[in-house]
Parts: sequence; C-alpha cells; structure tokens
Amino acid sequence: MKLNRRLFMGGAAAGAAVATLSAPMAHASTNGKPRVVVIGGGAGGATAARYIAKDSNGEIDVTLVEPTRSYYTCFFSNLYMAGFRELGSIAHSYGKLASEFGVNVVHDWAVGIDREARTVTLAGGATLPYDRLILSPGIDFVDGAVEGWDVTQQNKMPHAYKAGSQSELLKAQIEAMPEGGTFAMVAPPNPFRCPPGPYERISMVAHILKEKNPTAKIIIADPKEKFSKMALFQEGWGRHYDGMIDWIGPDFGGGNVSVNPDTMTLTIDGEETKVDVCNVIPAMKAGRICEIAGITDGNWAPVNPHTMQSRVDENIHVLGDASHQGDMPKSGFAANSQAKVAAMAVRSALTGSKLFPAKFTNTCWSLIDADDGVKVGASYEATDEKIAKVDGFISQTGEDSALRKATYEESIGWYAGITSDMFG
Amino acid sequence: MNIIECVRLTRYAFCMRWIRHITTCFAVLAVTATPSFANEIGDADKGEAVFRECSSCHSVGQGAKNRVGPHLNSLFGRRAAAIEGFNYSNGLTRMGKDGLVWDFDLLDRYVENPKAFASDTRMAYKGLKDAQQRADLLAFLRRYSDDPSNIPEAAPTAAGTDHSVDAAILAIQGDPEYGEYLSSECVSCHQLDGDYDGIPGIIGWPVEDFVVAMHAYKDKFRPHPVMQMMAGRLSNEEIAALAAYFEAAGS
Repeated sequence: MKLNRRLFMGGAAAGAAVATLSAPMAHASTNGKPRVVVIGGGAGGATAARYIAKDSNGEIDVTLVEPTRSYYTCFFSNLYMAGFRELGSIAHSYGKLASEFGVNVVHDWAVGIDREARTVTLAGGATLPYDRLILSPGIDFVDGAVEGWDVTQQNKMPHAYKAGSQSELLKAQIEAMPEGGTFAMVAPPNPFRCPPGPYERISMVAHILKEKNPTAKIIIADPKEKFSKMALFQEGWGRHYDGMIDWIGPDFGGGNVSVNPDTMTLTIDGEETKVDVCNVIPAMKAGRICEIAGITDGNWAPVNPHTMQSRVDENIHVLGDASHQGDMPKSGFAANSQAKVAAMAVRSALTGSKLFPAKFTNTCWSLIDADDGVKVGASYEATDEKIAKVDGFISQTGEDSALRKATYEESIGWYAGITSDMFG
Repeated sequence: MNIIECVRLTRYAFCMRWIRHITTCFAVLAVTATPSFANEIGDADKGEAVFRECSSCHSVGQGAKNRVGPHLNSLFGRRAAAIEGFNYSNGLTRMGKDGLVWDFDLLDRYVENPKAFASDTRMAYKGLKDAQQRADLLAFLRRYSDDPSNIPEAAPTAAGTDHSVDAAILAIQGDPEYGEYLSSECVSCHQLDGDYDGIPGIIGWPVEDFVVAMHAYKDKFRPHPVMQMMAGRLSNEEIAALAAYFEAAGS
C-alpha cells in the first residue's frame, strides 16, 4: 500500500481537536452499536479491549483479534528462563475477556486493513467492520538487521523476544551448553522493546550458568554506548557473576556483527568466535500490520499523544511498542498505560463519555540475581508534540539487600496486578 | 494547658482530636503543663512520665519483651518492623523494607500521628500532639538505645512534624467517576481484588486514611519512590477523587 500521509491534529490544533472528539460521532454498524476492533492481545490490546468493554456497559461492540490462544507475557519470561517462574505462570487465556466482559475474541491473523471502507480482513477470510480500530501488534524484526540471521534461523539462534516457544527453546539451549561453553547475545540498537530486557536476560543466563556451568562465559555484542540501568547491571554483574560476562560495546566493534547459524559462529569486528548458544535480538520495527495499514513513518507508527490516534488516520489508535509517541520506553507497562488513555478517547468519541486529560506512567523492574531487584520509572503527560516525561526515579547502586528484595517482591505484585488489569 | 489555649495554639482539626484524646491524656497533662512547641531536646525524666501511657503496650529497659507492641530497646537506628517474630502491619513492614530507619525526626512524626505515618499501623494510639511531650518521651527512650547520637544534641525543631492534612483538603468531596479514570494508573500495580502480593491492596480504605496517606507520599513524608512520584503529580482534588472511588470500590 502506498503511503498517503495526512498528518492531522498537529501543533496547536490538537487541544481543540481533542475537545470536539467528546461529541458522539456518526457510525454505521449492523446492530446499531458502534464497533471497535482491536488487533493484538498483549499489554496494550487486551487492556484496551477490556477497558472499552467494561466501561461502555455494553454500548460498544468490542472484537479482539489475536492469533494465539494462550498469551505468554514477554515481561517475566527472563525469570522463567532462570527458573524463578514456571512457564504456566506467564501464560494467560482470553477466556475472561469473553465470558466476563463480553469481548468477542477471534483467534486469527489480521492480514489487511481498508482504511476507506473501515474494515479488517482476517487470514481466515472474514471481514470485520469498525468505527474505531486499535492496533497493538507489538514488534517485528527489521529484515537483514543482523548479517547472516533471519527468522528461518531462529531455531538455531533464537531471539526469544516474543515469549513462548522461543523462551523454552533458549532455556533448553542454555541448559544443554557444554561445560565451559560460550553464550553470546547480539543486542539490538535503539529503540527496541523492553530496554532493560537484554541485560536482565544476561543476568538470568549468568544465574543459571553460575549454578550449573560456572566456567561458562557470556559475550554481549552491543551497538549501543549505554543501556538501560547500565550502572545497576554492571555493579550487579561484578557482585554476583564476577569475570563471567564480557560486554563488548561499539568502541570495540559491538555494532559490527555477523553470525553464521550453520557453523555457530559470531563475528565481531572481523574476529570470529565459536559459540554454543547465540541469542540474536535484531533491530525492531512496528508489527507488520501497521505497515499494511499504511500508518508508519520509518519503522514506527506516529501517534497523537492526547489520544494515541494515528497521525495518519484518526479512526486508528496505535498502542505500545508499535507506536512512535515520545519519551515512554517500549514496555508492557507503557502499553497498558497508553491503552487506558486510548480506551477513554475511543469511548468518548463513540458514546460521548467524559474525556479526562491523558496521564501516563511506566515502571520497569529487572532482576539481577535471586532477590536482587532494581527498578526505573517515570510519569508522563501528553503535549501536542509528544508524550513528555514529567518526573522519574531509578534504583541506586549500593542499595542494601533488604531493599533489593523488597523491589523484587514489588515486581511480583506488579505482575499480578497488570496481568489481572489486562485479562480480568 | 486548657482547651482555649489549645485552640489558640493549634488548628481546629487538631483540637477536635485533642478533645477526643483528652481523657486518655489526662494523667500525662497533670505532669507536663508545658507549651506546645519544643525548641530543645526533651527532658528524659519528664519523658518517663509520658511513657506511662505507652507502657500498657510497650516495654523498655532490662528484660523488656514484646507485648501488644514491640519492645523499644535499641529503637534509634533500628530499621522499622525489624524485630523478628513480631506481627507488624504491612505498612510498617514495607517501610522497613524500603529502608526506613528510626531516628529522632521519624519517631517524632510517628508518635505525633501514627495513622498519618502508616495508615494501617496496628498501634491503636491517636497520637501525641504536644511537641515538648514528644521530645521528652524520645529523650527518655534514647536512654535505651545503643547509639544515642542518633538523637541530635541540638534542638530538634518542629519543622516537618506537623504533617496532618489540612481540614480544607480533607473536606474536598472527590468525584468518584474521575477517581475511576485516575485509578486505572493505580491498578497496573495494586490489585483490584485487594490482594496483598508484594504491593499492598488499596481497596475499601476510608477516605480520610487514603487522603492522609497520599499526601504523606506527596510531601515525601513516606519513603517510596514510585508512590512519591505518583502522588506528587496528583492535585488535592485528584487525591480526593481517588479516595472516593477506592472507598466505594470496597463495598
């Protein structure tokens, strides 16, 4: 589809435009109710579907399109790999969204969007009309981002950046490493899903190896000068896994990498290394349905921060990792927060319910070793230009073990909280 | 001090609490007819008399044991909720985990208004409003701590000890519908079924407790970075709206 970009609601007009949205819009549907279709059942989409269904008291028809029957959260999947969580504990069904909130859950792939006709086509052949469409597809990988790697190689060199079978595969490979073997990670460039994620994963891999294979080595090839919670991770790696982890930043060629899945080799700045496990996390882009819809600019879909509406099409809202919104990191917490703003805006547009000012929050917890949790977070507001950071905090180096344990326990509470906020 | 002096020296809301409190304080008042604001370190001997009121639940000194309340030996410099085996409230337990260590200033605030400091505290004590009496009490307790240097030798001021939320703020009627919208930020972490799972439940709290707790975070009086950030950006009206929503959500 050719991109025909109509940037709407730019600049100073946005405030006024938000206000007019609170008047119900004309809509056409078969049963007289306005229809919302949500594509993607993760932290953004499941939350948006649930909030719209819950708060509209049956006045809005909500359909959620999600291919998987059982959703594995990416957050806490690193903890599963290290044995802190059972796989089942990060799996969630959509049953309650259907039975308690009346969401029509369709397990299928969305393969086409006709923005003029306002319809979504599914791989199974069905067509879903919508008055508002919410896209929360998460991420896909940029083709050719890591030389030698593509998705056909993901069994030999897993990304494990979409949780589920990939997480199981990577865990199995780590556990099967030969004594004194090498685990390598190719870390992604910014921006990417879950900024502390690769480094929490390194911590969890080190945790397993320290117990089962203490002479093993870990290499990270990283194209970034700095990464999220860098001082906290580096302090923790020194404290828990001294000498095991070798982080190779761009100054030492960490950004000049190729892999060969057949020979299980990783080449950093021309120097080839034989590795036993290679976790390739390529550069990312918005889930492909955003490209199909023709609402992307570069790799991501720009949105109006007040409502999360696409800058290209006001009938489409984009949530979470896929959106280009400003200062928020690409995280499940952020997607969940954005979903509530979008849900309010959608209800307001379709039923005339109250529209309150958008507020956003994010907190990311990471685990460095057993009971050694850290966190970073911030609050945000919507400006016409972007979602802008207001205030923030981060765990400090040198914190005592009681505080770190409490931070970890807090993350467990948060997991229970956000997953019940997503799935009911 | 009589009630008229109390009205002159403190705010109305305090006085109403004072009146409720006065019967239990009567014995204390008889021995400490001092002004309401302390500007110097307290008198430990007078503090011993103040402690009598506490002694129905707390013991201190040689052989002191946990009773209804924990023993108070080595209190200064002790982490909150640190005595193993004592059944502390979730709130104080969390504060201890968050790094709260009792010092003069924190104990002064806690004794002044325990509920404002930790709304779910199990200490069934309305609080001691008289700053001089608190200074005396803490000077007495200091005798039983290993490191009395935790009490400043210079005068502790009353600054920051008056944390009670203004009556005008407490009187704000929150809009529960707005509160419901705002609550969507809270329930990313706090579970709506009220489960305590590393993060405390906040469903069904009385409005006043909720408002006092949120203002205590907003004013950076309670230690927790996430909550300080969340409360810090909420207006008085928004806190009232959340309080109204969460109280109703529990019924």
